[in-house]
Amino acid sequence: MAIIGQFVIGLIFGLGLVLSGMSDPAKVLNFLDLGAIGTGGWDPSLAFVMAGAVAVTFAGYKWTLKRPGPLFGEKFHVPTSRELDARIVAGPAIFGVGWGLVGFCPGPALTALGFGTRAAAIFVVAMIAGMLLARWLANRSSLSGIASPLDQLGA
Amino acid sequence: MLLMALTGRIAGVSGIAARLFPPYDDAELAGRLAFVAGLIAAPVVVLLTTGQLPTQTIQANGSILVLGGFLVGFGSVWGSGCTSGHGVCGISRLSVRSFVATITFMAAGFATVFVTRHLG
Repeated sequence: MAIIGQFVIGLIFGLGLVLSGMSDPAKVLNFLDLGAIGTGGWDPSLAFVMAGAVAVTFAGYKWTLKRPGPLFGEKFHVPTSRELDARIVAGPAIFGVGWGLVGFCPGPALTALGFGTRAAAIFVVAMIAGMLLARWLANRSSLSGIASPLDQLGA
Repeated sequence: MLLMALTGRIAGVSGIAARLFPPYDDAELAGRLAFVAGLIAAPVVVLLTTGQLPTQTIQANGSILVLGGFLVGFGSVWGSGCTSGHGVCGISRLSVRSFVATITFMAAGFATVFVTRHLG
């Protein structure tokens, strides 16, 4: 049951990405193109998508986290780390450059696989390679006493 | 939000995707595979219900695709989250880390597009 539920949630999430335009890299790049404000080429619509998603999730979390626990599973796994280390800036900075180069972040890139395009498949393979390298490096450094990003469950 | 209600976890795509591969630190693999399968099925469902796919234009090619994909993958795991985990779920929890992360990746995205479109 939980498995079917997670498939349906992935599907709803993906439909949101497809219908809002987040799965279209050209639209994402037009959103990131603040330099085009002067020429009317800036597309601010994805800011509303983001704001809408935050509004729904904010309200939903308020309601959900008051409950004793999730429907399936014994407890809520909410990230607890509050440390502002170099990684919380360096990681997103690296991620943002990749996002700006192509226009894909991880969710839309995976959804794009369903479009069947070769470019999306190339991007996803490279993305997974990057993820595995980061994870490997993080685990190595965690041996020397630095917390691994994946231990913090923020992702 | 639905994922939290159902399984008690954050719907962060980078975390879910990275944990599809070993080493596994929990027994949630099947659920993560199901979530990703749902993501991939979404455009197919759109195609079947409306008869056409929405536009998707990927301007990057070759080495830029590989470089961009690698940076997105590396950065999202190194920074413990991406647009969904930090930008949506984290900000919704009023996490300071996620505010910092979101401002940083937005700024980096704006800067990168500025360089490639207006200085290149």
